[in-house]
This record gives sequence, structure tokens and C-alpha cells, in this order.
Amino acid sequence: MSLTMFWFRQNNLLQKIMRIISIIAALVLSMSILGCGNEKSEGNSAQPVQKVEQEKVVSDPKTDKGVGPITSITLGEIDPALVEQGKALFTSKCSACHKIDKRFVGPPLKGITEKRTPEWIMNMILVPDKMVAENEEAKKLLAEYLAPMANQSLTEEEARALLEYFRTEK
Amino acid sequence: MKSIIKTFALLFTIFSLTIACAPSEKGGNQGAISGNAAEKVYVAPGELDEFYAFVSGGFSGQLAVYGLPSGRLFKVIPVFSVDAEKAWGFNEETKPMLNTSHGFIPWDDSHHPDISQTAGELDGRWVFINGNNTPRIAKIDLTTFETTEIIEIPNSAGNHSSSFVTENTEYVVAGTRFSVPYPQRDMPISEYKGNFKGALTFISVDPKTGGMDIAFQIMMPGFNYDLSHPGRGASHGWFFFTTYNTEEAHSLLEVNASQNDKDFIAAINWKKIEEYVKNGGGTKAPANYAHNVYDEHTHTATSTMKKEVLIVNPADVPGAVYFMPTPKSPHGCDVDPSGEYIVGSGKLAAELTVHSFSKMIKAIEEKKFDGDAYGIPILAYDAILAGSVKQAGLGPLHTEFDGLGNAYTTFFISSEVVKWKLGTWEIVDRKPTYYSVGHLMIPGGNSRKPFGKYVLAMNKITKDRYLPTGPEVTQSAQLYDISGEKMELLLDFPTVGEPHYAAGIAADIVAKNSKKIYKLEENKHPYAVKSESEAKVVRNGNEAHIYMTTIRSHFAPDNIEGIEVGDKVYFHVTNLEQDYDVPHGISIIGANTSELLIMPGQTETFIWEPKQVGVWPFYCTDFCSALHQEMQGYVRVSAKGAGVPLKFTLDGDPLKMP
Repeated sequence: MSLTMFWFRQNNLLQKIMRIISIIAALVLSMSILGCGNEKSEGNSAQPVQKVEQEKVVSDPKTDKGVGPITSITLGEIDPALVEQGKALFTSKCSACHKIDKRFVGPPLKGITEKRTPEWIMNMILVPDKMVAENEEAKKLLAEYLAPMANQSLTEEEARALLEYFRTEK
Repeated sequence: MKSIIKTFALLFTIFSLTIACAPSEKGGNQGAISGNAAEKVYVAPGELDEFYAFVSGGFSGQLAVYGLPSGRLFKVIPVFSVDAEKAWGFNEETKPMLNTSHGFIPWDDSHHPDISQTAGELDGRWVFINGNNTPRIAKIDLTTFETTEIIEIPNSAGNHSSSFVTENTEYVVAGTRFSVPYPQRDMPISEYKGNFKGALTFISVDPKTGGMDIAFQIMMPGFNYDLSHPGRGASHGWFFFTTYNTEEAHSLLEVNASQNDKDFIAAINWKKIEEYVKNGGGTKAPANYAHNVYDEHTHTATSTMKKEVLIVNPADVPGAVYFMPTPKSPHGCDVDPSGEYIVGSGKLAAELTVHSFSKMIKAIEEKKFDGDAYGIPILAYDAILAGSVKQAGLGPLHTEFDGLGNAYTTFFISSEVVKWKLGTWEIVDRKPTYYSVGHLMIPGGNSRKPFGKYVLAMNKITKDRYLPTGPEVTQSAQLYDISGEKMELLLDFPTVGEPHYAAGIAADIVAKNSKKIYKLEENKHPYAVKSESEAKVVRNGNEAHIYMTTIRSHFAPDNIEGIEVGDKVYFHVTNLEQDYDVPHGISIIGANTSELLIMPGQTETFIWEPKQVGVWPFYCTDFCSALHQEMQGYVRVSAKGAGVPLKFTLDGDPLKMP
């Protein structure tokens, strides 16, 4: 715009007319440039932005089951065979990023079953991508730890075994 | 006045901008491209192609995987040439794949990919491809898209009439282009005639594992065996090989091998020879050739030298081999989907010759022979001829079929693809190529059931078709729609290396079997570590073996001390990831080799021999995550004999159970 203004420093009638034309032209130009985009322009558009009243999600880690394939798990007595299986899986598939007692790439897992529901834990193992995208608690963890949890392609049975192991690490 | 001009200039700019905003017509009239060609090859972002095209790289030695109709390049599968990007031939695991009786060979010339078949139809399990220069046949597994087996071909040279499969993949063949002394020995070149032989090798393929083994070699007269194709349907059990240089010239072949007015297509009844061999026929002869196999579980190749091969003299198996006279220097010899027609492309002939399989059988029964060559009967030309395509073009090269009664032949000299009708031999259409087309490919075109929708023409020369890139310019492939009466040129796309030959298949046959990860628990690599707690460094004399793991986004261990100048340091790196599409890479400053590129669940090894004292970084070379830049580590290198204790840690701690 400043360049356009520069052209019209001299003050005579013709130039005044030209100036008006040029302002109109510049306006049309800017509109046509804006009009070229297919994407909805956000923020600076003249239309009023419709405010969607977002419901504040209050999550309680003690009841939050997360999102994913696991909706309900009933826990019985601790199964020692399953614990052993879970422990072995933990060593091979998880321990590169999680320690039991120490904050590492991911959070320490001691007492995890007291902080989270069994369903939440298993969903986090099975569908970490979905969890960090859709679950408030998982989002908070990502914001804190920054490294997104890796999907290790475990089966539901394997995730269940891990859960059993975590129950013994209180 | 100036400002008036400027104002009008501004208005004009606005006008043109407005015009530019209007949706433009798709396609447009661009030279040979007409109508909605762009629409036909447009595969929208996120959508998938309809066909895989496996296009050989010629002198690049590799096999490129493209999608059709888009022409998008997905992967270059390293086969016969080293590939630093994928560590092929650089890491310790794949070096044995390139072993031969001549030692480690880092390059070859890859020519004719062919896809495995069941009952004459493509089954999409493996692709076979030949190395031309140092004769070898490779097998690529289509669950991993990796080369998993390479077998060297003894008594052969210029392995060109290869690597085509029979209709149940009973055999893949490897025919020699250059005849050589048999047995190989020190002798005057001038004594070629009668002393040089052309080996046609039949490699059996295990129907379950795909394991290759040389079943027998037919020791043919010393001609040049150029291309071959299997019989199918009625002609299943036969294999056809074109020959040139039946003059047996050994110098200035462009003149001396163009003396006879006809060469031959050799018709081989391999079922008969198979039976002969099964009954104890043939001679076991000493040989020396490499058989290299990559094991998906150890992630490691082994090379075994084989010492014997079974030789069959065609004269000993009457009725197994015949010569079909074919006008001068036939290149392609292509069998139609029914198995009745064998098209011989005499590249110096004026017309395209088509032989009839049923006539051939009749001529054999009626003994309509026209003499013999080295005891092999020559069939009477007129008795076996089905017909010929007149004035088809100049320099016919290769024919494929659409399964609807049409054949498509490339003409190298006149740069065109010609469509003609089987049976009536009339020409239906011709379209130019840009330029000097070699082979062409219809997905499934060498099978009983072609997918007759597209033909891909592969050009040797492009000249003015692309932006220039110095003296060496790209080579190209061109895609034509063949679903209508007339062919329609849709797309030109540049290729990797020389697009020598290709095989194509419907994507849905292959895509569903594509592996996503290697399971960590199935990893049997001797230096694999299945968890960080097993990671370690072990010294053995001046060798140090680092058992290392990777996961987003760190190595374990990532601080290593106690390495000395003069050590041979092995990085054995296991990728602990079990998620699709999360490879990690690694290299260290001064490594005299390539990076590693390790797929989830895989272990690979490179050797580093540090020459300078210091603390040297290594890092992840494949962008793996948001914290990829943090994925790094250090190795402390001390002077020889410094006695710094061996130490390996992660986050300051020794590696141990969690």
C-alpha cells in the first residue's frame, strides 16, 4: 500500500482521480487475493466467529476409563502366572522408556494401578495415539513428558498381563 | 501520465489475477495428450494406486516399485548393487548376499523382473530378477519387498534370457546371452565354433518356501540366447528362447552375426527333460557358484558355495529340443495368454513373425524338418508359421497381450507401440513413444490372465522431454490407456536407472500381504537384544561388540567409554519399536561404511574402526519423532593401551533390569 501512496505524492486533480481509482483497485486486488484461497480464513475474517461454549471436561483419574477398545475390566485375585508374563513383557516392550521407580522417558509406574483405572491403563498401552489425542489425562501427560508414547503393537491379552504385573508394583 | 500507465497496469494485474482464480480445465491439449488424461492418472492425496509396477533399473542393478496409474515411486529395492541408503551390501548382515565365485561384487545390471504364478496367473508371492553381468538370479519376497535369495549361475555369461517363470513357478529360467567355453578354460578365442556352449539353466522353486536350486543346465550350441518366455495352457511344459548369432561369430557381431537370414527360437520341452533327469539322466559336473539366502528371523544372510551342477546334453534327450527358424535376430519371444502363439520379434526383419504351437507339435509329429544344428532338428519354417504382421514398424522388440485378443508390440527404431489383432494379424492402432522404446508391460501381460487396462512403455532415450540435467538425462516410462479401441497416452514419468523391463500386478493381490513390522520375539539375530536391560558392550581382544537398542528417542547405551584407537567396534543395533513405519537409523563420525536403517524388530550391524582419540558422537539418521534431534550418544576413544575401563550407561546408570 505504501508504494501506491508514493505514486500519488503530487497534488493535482487528475492525480486525485487516479488516486481514488487506485484505492478502489487496491481494495479489489486485496479482495481477489483473499478470494483465491479455498481454505476458510481464520481469525481476521469479517464474519463474527461463532463461539462454541466448550464444556469443561472434568476428569477424575480414579474413574476415567480413557478411550479405546477396553471399556470394562473386572479384577480378581492376583494371578502369579499372569504377573510373570507381564513382567517379561514389561522388560522387552516397555522398559526402554518406563522404569518402575524412576521418572524416565515416560512416567514411573510404581503405584500406577492406584492412580488410574485398569481400563485407562490398558487403553494407554493399546492405543496411545488415540489416547493422547482424545483423553484429557493422556494429553496432560504428553504435555509434561513431551515424548509421545510408542505403540508397541501389543494384544489385549498382553496388555492385561502387563496390568497384572503393575498390580504387584505398589 | 506515468501514474495513469501504472494504474492501468495495476488494473490489468487484478484482471489477470481474477482470471487465474477461475478453475482451469483439467488436462488440456498438450501435444499427444488429449481429453481427460490427467484425470485418469490422478490418484488423489491419500488414495492408493490400482497396480504395482516392478520396473528393473537396468544398469542401476535394482528394482523400483511404482504405482500405476500415477507413476509414483514407492521404493527402490536394492538387489544386485549396494545401496548406502538402506545399508544393502554395507551392513554385516547383507554383505553375503553379494558374494559370488568372483568374490564380493557391488554392482550388476538388472534386467527382467517376473512375478511368480500359480495355474498361469500371477500369485504375487515373489518377483524374480536376473543380474546380467555376473550371472545371478535374485528373488524378492513381496511380504517384505526385500531381496531374500540370490543364486549364481555357473557356465553362463551375460545372463539375459532370464528370469521368467513357468506357469506354476516350477522353475525360473536363466539363459546365457554370451556363450563361453564349456568347461571354462584357457583357449584361443578363434576356436569359438563348436567349443563354446550356451547354458540354459532351470532353477527349481520350492512351492512353499520359494527356495531356489539349480535343477539342471541344458548345454546348447554356442549361440546367443536373448530372451525367453514360458508356454502356458496347451504349451505348458515348453519354454521358448530366442537366439541370435547362430553364425557363432566372436568379433564384430554387428556385421558377422547378421549373415544368416534367419536365427532360431529354441523350443525346450522341459517336462521331458525333467523326466529324463528324474530317471537319472544328465551328468553331474564340478562347478563353483554362490547361493545366498537371507533369513528373515536372524535378519542375516549366509552365502554357501555349491560345487556341482547337473548338465544335460540336448542330443541325449530326443524330442526335447527343436529350433524354430525366425527372421533375423529375434529379440522378444512372447507367448499369448492361450499359449498357442509365439511371437518372434526379428529386430532386423521387416515383419513380425508369429509361430503356432499346435502347428509346431504337428510338424514335430510329421517330422517336417529342415536339417539340424548340432543334432537339434530345425523345424520347417512354413510348417510352423501362424502368420505375420506386415509392415508393423521398424525394430520390433517385445510384445505383450491384453487378454482380449490384442497384442501390443514395441518398435525401437520407429519409436512406437503398435496394437494388432491375434489371428487376423491386422494393425489396429499405433502410437508414438518418446523415444526409442525397449520393453513394454501390461500388468499380468505374461500370464494367462492379463489385466488389460494399461500398457507401460519403457524408453531408452528422452532428449527434450524433461528439463535438461547435463549430458546425462533421465530415462522414462510412458503409460497408455488401452481400454478402448485406440491407445491413449496418459503419462510420462522419469525412472530410476534404465527402465529395462517390468512386471505389473493388481495391487490388492500384493498389498494385503505386506508385512508391517518384524516381531521382536521372532528375532533370532545372534547379537539381538530384546530389552534395554540386555544392552551391553563386550570386549574380545581388540574387538568391541556393542549390543545396542533403539526406541523413540534414545539409544541404549548412549555413553560408552573404554574404546581405544585400533579397536574394531561392532555396533549391533536392535530396533525395539513394534509400531508400523518407525525405523531408526544410526551412524557415527568417521565410519567407513553406510548408515544402518533398522526396521522395527530388526537387528543390523556396522563396523567402526576409530582412528583418532576423542569423544565421538553417533546419532539417529532417520527422522523418527519430535525428539529425533535428541537421539544421540557419545563414544569415548582413548589412546591404544590407555586402560580406560569399559563403561556403558544410559542417563548415567548402568543398564540393568528395571
